[in-house]
Parts: sequence; structure tokens; C-alpha cells
Amino acid sequence: MATKYSNMTFQGYRRENGRVGVRNHVVILPVDDISNAACEAVANNIKGTLAIPHAYGRLQFGEDLDVHFRTMIGTGSNPNVAAVVVIGIEPGWTKKIVDGIAATGKPVTGLSIEQNGDLKTIMDASRVAKEYVHFASELQREECSISELWVSTKCGESDTTTGLSSCPTVGNMYDKLLPEGITGFFGETSEITGAEHICKTRAINEDVGERWYKMWEAYQNDVIFAHQTDDLSDSQPTKGNIEGGLTTIEEKALGNLEKIGRTSQFIDILEPAEAPQSGNGLYFMDSSSAAAECVTLMAAGGAVIHTFPTGQGNVVGNPIVPVIKISGNPRTLRTMSEHIDVDVTGVLTREMTIAEAGDSLIEMIVRTSNGRATAAEALGHREFSMTKLYRSA
Amino acid sequence: MTTPHLLVHDHADNVGVVVVEGLKAGTTMLCVVTHDNSSFELASKADVPIGHKIALKDIKSGDTAIKYGEDIGKFVADVEKGAHVHTHNLKTKRW
Repeated sequence: MATKYSNMTFQGYRRENGRVGVRNHVVILPVDDISNAACEAVANNIKGTLAIPHAYGRLQFGEDLDVHFRTMIGTGSNPNVAAVVVIGIEPGWTKKIVDGIAATGKPVTGLSIEQNGDLKTIMDASRVAKEYVHFASELQREECSISELWVSTKCGESDTTTGLSSCPTVGNMYDKLLPEGITGFFGETSEITGAEHICKTRAINEDVGERWYKMWEAYQNDVIFAHQTDDLSDSQPTKGNIEGGLTTIEEKALGNLEKIGRTSQFIDILEPAEAPQSGNGLYFMDSSSAAAECVTLMAAGGAVIHTFPTGQGNVVGNPIVPVIKISGNPRTLRTMSEHIDVDVTGVLTREMTIAEAGDSLIEMIVRTSNGRATAAEALGHREFSMTKLYRSA
Repeated sequence: MTTPHLLVHDHADNVGVVVVEGLKAGTTMLCVVTHDNSSFELASKADVPIGHKIALKDIKSGDTAIKYGEDIGKFVADVEKGAHVHTHNLKTKRW
């Protein structure tokens, strides 16, 4: 059925594999922590490139290494990225990441430091990066259907106002745009605790619901119960959550789940940083509830826009994905409005309905997709945090 | 509609959320149930910060706190109608 959202379009960058991006970054991507310096030097040499330093990539193994490679390859493959220079300490893992990104068809080159040194590597990488900047800067935006957007969500520094206003605003957006064919992501596995009985019923069928429940249960057992030293009342809810009036994980979880609206159902579950394989629709990604980690994983899964409800004012951004902040807390709008893109305080004063708030978010998603810089982009927030499952070898 | 002081998600709830800054004890609060926009009045018994919860009825220690029509934890103290509800009198049933 055609709705007023069916004919919405935005100006995006269509990539070699058909996916559409809303940004046009040339990324200098380190395979490992000790290649950060070379990547940052290249980004300093060649204007219009973006280094993405991070803390890991050495002596990881097993499932933890799989998450590392998925995150690296997924970040380079994201349609918000036009081209990538990959730098690693040695050629083996560097090539693995280059080959993964090359599957998208976009320009990518790998360089390794051993037997070259930082200086030669930086010079060679800078020459490639300069060519990529020329390439990317000539790409043109074209008109794309709203259905081609991949939109993720995760809230942060939540309080009781997020469950009343900004989270249902995101939920209303999903209820309106998922039927138009967008792809959506939600997650924050530990933060469903207390609402898991409801989340399970939001799966498209019993099989997906059961698989989701096992994923949630494993996080409880293998992460929380295996490592807890108290009732987590200093961590989850966070100190900021508690300052904002949230008392228990159950209360926080019920507010969190408002982000998938009233009618949306998830069609499959994803490992951390895994790209959807089951077509358009909503996916649950197994993920930490820490803001930068979660946004990094969803960006690696292919999301090109992130919607981020906040109560107390989480300021997170991402290097390659615009993070749209939504808040309904009047104190936060009064004290830190420079961080907020969509003001839904009217929901609390009953001057704005959730449907109106959802429409204002959809309008901001389109404007952001067309190129409007988000608050986090303007303020230089580029948090990129790798998820690490256990200690390295 | 006049601006509400307190929002309640569901008629089954026994707590509501303060949505104005600087709420003082003794305020006759306009309370709105967001589910159907129905309203009622309630006197606050404490100065309660924005975002924090207030009990909608007299509650006994051991009772379950209900918000969104769902279980959000157990009360660990008796709470008077109109009083502040937070970590001092409400705890998780999980973890």
C-alpha cells in the first residue's frame, strides 16, 4: 500500500555493488594498533582522507578474531566509504582485509610495514590515498529511493524520558519506513534483560524468536553471570541512567525496546558486525550496550545512518556513519542542545504526538542523508571502538 | 492541555515519571496516562528531580513495581503515595 513515505527520495552515492551511501569518505584503515601511526601520518599528508585508529588486531584468535576481521572488512565495505587504504604490520592479515573489502568492487589497496618501515609505507600509501581522493571527489550524488537506506538504532545515557519520547520516536520511524523496504538494526543484548519476554514475541516467527532467545541467554550466562561481582548497579543501569531516574535494568530494557515501535518485527539475528543476508527488514545484532562499540558494530554491518535517542546527553559519533541524536529531556536541551539534532521535548509537554515526532525524525534522516552534518559530525565525534570478546593469546 | 507534571505509561502502573524541572513537595501534580491521554491529580510528597519516579499509591515492601504495565523490580521499603521512588526503595529482580 502506498503511503506518504513511499515516494520519498534522497541524494546518495551509489557504490559498485549497488548499495547506497550518504557520505563519501576515503578511509585509511589500520589492521592493528601498531599501524595507527602510519595511518594517521597518511591522513595528515592527504587532505580529505580519514584515518580510523583503534586499539586491537594482534594475537587475537577464534571468535574474537572473527569479530575483528568482520569489523575491519565491514567498515571498509560500508557504502559511506568510497575507497580504502589498508595498512598492517605484516602482509597476511592485511591482504585478508583488503580481499574482504575488494569484494564490494570499490578501490582498495593494502600496504604492510615490515621490510619497508613506516616512512616508505607512509609515502607509498599517501600516493595511493591521493589518487583515491581525486576519484572520490568526482563522484556525484544521485536520487535514490528511501527504501535503499540502512538505518541502525541504539540509545545512550537513557533516562525515563527516552522511554516516553525519543525511543518511541525511533520506533514510529521504523513502523513507517520498514514497510517501505528499508533495512534496520537494533541490538544491545544485555539491555533487553527485563523485556526479553516481549522482545521474543517481536520475532517474525518462532524459529527466529528461539534463536534470538538463545543469543540473549548466552549473553546473560557467558558475559554477565560469568563476570559479575555485584548486581551491576554501578554499570547497568549506568550512573547517568540513575541520575536521570532509571532505577532497574527491567525499567531500562522496557524503554529501550520502545525503539522498535508497535508493529515492527525482526526477521533475523546477526553476530556482532555481521552484514544482513536475509533481505530488507529489521535485524537484531548481538552487541554490547556501550554506545561507541555498538554503533561501530552496526556500521560494520552496513548501516549508513544511525538514530540515537538520548536522555541525559550521550555525545557519541562515528567516523563513517552520521549519528542523529534525538532527545525529549528539556534539561538536556537546555544545557547541551549543541549535541541534539531532533528535539522531541514536545512529547513530554503533550504538544507533540509520537507520530509527529516520528515524522520529524524521518525528515532529519532525509536531510542527513542528503548531506546535512549531524551535531556529532560538526563537533568532531568519531568514536570507533572495537568489540573484544576475551583476552588475546 | 495544560502541561503535565507527571506522565504515566499505562493504567496498570503504580509509578509515574516527573517531566518538569524543579518539582517541589506539596505540588498538586497534573498526571497524564500516555496510553489514552486520561488525566488525574496527585500531591507530591517530596522535591523530585525531572525524570525520577513518584508512587501513585501506597506501596508495601516486597510489592512489584509496575511501569509500561510490566514488572520493573521489587520495592524494598514501604512507599507512601506521592513519594519519591528510586534506588533507595526499588531494586532489580534480575542480576
